[in-house]
Amino acid sequence: MIEIKNLDKSFGDRQILFDINATFETGKVNMIIGQSGQGKSVLTKCIVGLHEPDNGAVLFDGNNFTEMDRVERKDLRKDIGMLFQASALFDSMNVEQNIMFPLTMFAKHSKKEMLNRVNFCLERVNLEGKNNLLPAELSGGMKKRVAIARAIAMNPKYLFCDEPNSGLDPQTAIVIDNLIREITYESNITTVVISHDMNSVIEIGDNIMFIHEGKDWWQGDKNSIIHTDNQEIIDFVYASDFMKEIKDSMKNNH
Amino acid sequence: MLWIVFSKPEKARIFRIRMFDEIQNIGINSIPIVGLLSMFMGGVIALQTASNMDSPFLPEYTIGFITRSSTILEFSPTIISLILAGKIGSNIASEIGTMRVTEQIDALEIMGVNSLSFLVLPKIMGAVVFFPVLIIFSIGLSLIGGWLSLIMSGLASTETYVLGIRSFFEIGNIVYALVKCVVFAFAIVSVSSFYGYYTKGGALDVGKSSTQAIVTSSIVILICNFFLTQMLLL
Ligand SMILES: Nc1ncnc2c1ncn2[C@@H]1O[C@H](COP(=O)(O)OP(=O)(O)OP(=O)(O)O)[C@@H](O)[C@H]1O
Ligand SMILES: [Mg+2]
Repeated sequence: MIEIKNLDKSFGDRQILFDINATFETGKVNMIIGQSGQGKSVLTKCIVGLHEPDNGAVLFDGNNFTEMDRVERKDLRKDIGMLFQASALFDSMNVEQNIMFPLTMFAKHSKKEMLNRVNFCLERVNLEGKNNLLPAELSGGMKKRVAIARAIAMNPKYLFCDEPNSGLDPQTAIVIDNLIREITYESNITTVVISHDMNSVIEIGDNIMFIHEGKDWWQGDKNSIIHTDNQEIIDFVYASDFMKEIKDSMKNNH
Repeated sequence: MLWIVFSKPEKARIFRIRMFDEIQNIGINSIPIVGLLSMFMGGVIALQTASNMDSPFLPEYTIGFITRSSTILEFSPTIISLILAGKIGSNIASEIGTMRVTEQIDALEIMGVNSLSFLVLPKIMGAVVFFPVLIIFSIGLSLIGGWLSLIMSGLASTETYVLGIRSFFEIGNIVYALVKCVVFAFAIVSVSSFYGYYTKGGALDVGKSSTQAIVTSSIVILICNFFLTQMLLL
């Protein structure tokens, strides 16, 4: 479980996040949604300490991450897997080396076991056999999937995915959604997913947090988000005519 | 910052591999340019010395002596380091800077890797180990360049040149040259890594960092050179 308490963050004199409070439960897919530029990525980076929050605390299973020193943080981070919005693959390494990297740094396995793990992860993101390609030779969506494979290679206890299926076709997006849900339930990990994609929010979101103007505007589950009367959420979720039609037809059916 | 750079590497084996990669990158790949520069540098020093020696009181072997002294004391360690500051400095700053702006450094940190030490320490060690080799190589080629230019222009004979090179030889001068180039190697790598690591923004800023890295490491080299000369030679 990850708890966020009264978290503020500003860059210079521009405040991005205002007093965020949230709880991300273990064994659940916790979704962060919100419009572009509202601070979703900044919030996840504050949680894992890539940005220092100005105020507030972040607790990983009760341990106050904000107060940890460098060495303690390093140890905790070995349990964190993170998918960056722009993938952040290591350019100088091929797909296999990228996924194997955390294993070679920290795991004590034989080369063969590590290779098996790499191939297993590649299979789960539908990229079997692409071991020797360099990041420059991959499409945007493929990069994203390699980055997901790298994030789950170490069997993390906490998984952060910043827009895992943006840039993917609907079919592959569903594969990735299912993968995230499966490993969350199988290994009982705490998963935090940032998404714009209402489809995957409804599909896999157990808890949903809506960020608006840098505040934790709304939190709930997928049933309540469909029926909420919060105007900002209605604007966000039913932005497209297609979704509006669906909403109207649902109303008419009732 | 330096304290974090020198914290113990995660895995000795990976550190060794990365250090040899860096020796390749920083050292071996610089051999052609260092060789070329040194040959011409030695040639020009010898020619200029020869053409400026009109006085009949100066023995001819002075040419060899002066070529050797200036090569060892100044030209090889300092000039070559300045050139390498351009080549290696921009390379390091843009490599690390790109990793910073594409979040690769964040990715390392999230995995629990000490990114500063992981990226910078192998480069520092590689440069500090290989710079002396490069400088010795440069001194050798520079002397050969001087010899070739004298022979070809007929300004001095092989015997007097070699005699000049061998006279009044002090091993202390070589030590001085090596100390200088180790300090310069450290300065180039740490300054450029610093600029790369603390790059903010995007691709444009990587270019800026890399220019800054060259300028600052060159200045640092000149300043260190001044103080080292005072400390070691006087
Ligand atoms: N390193 C930074 N320095 C200064 N400002 C930043 C930095 N990173 C983000 N911001 C600002 O913080 C705000 C929130 O950015 P963030 O990346 O969190 O948005 P987001 O909700 O993830 O948007 P998107 O859905 O487009 O990814 C933006 O207005 C951005 O300008
Ligand atoms: Mg974002």
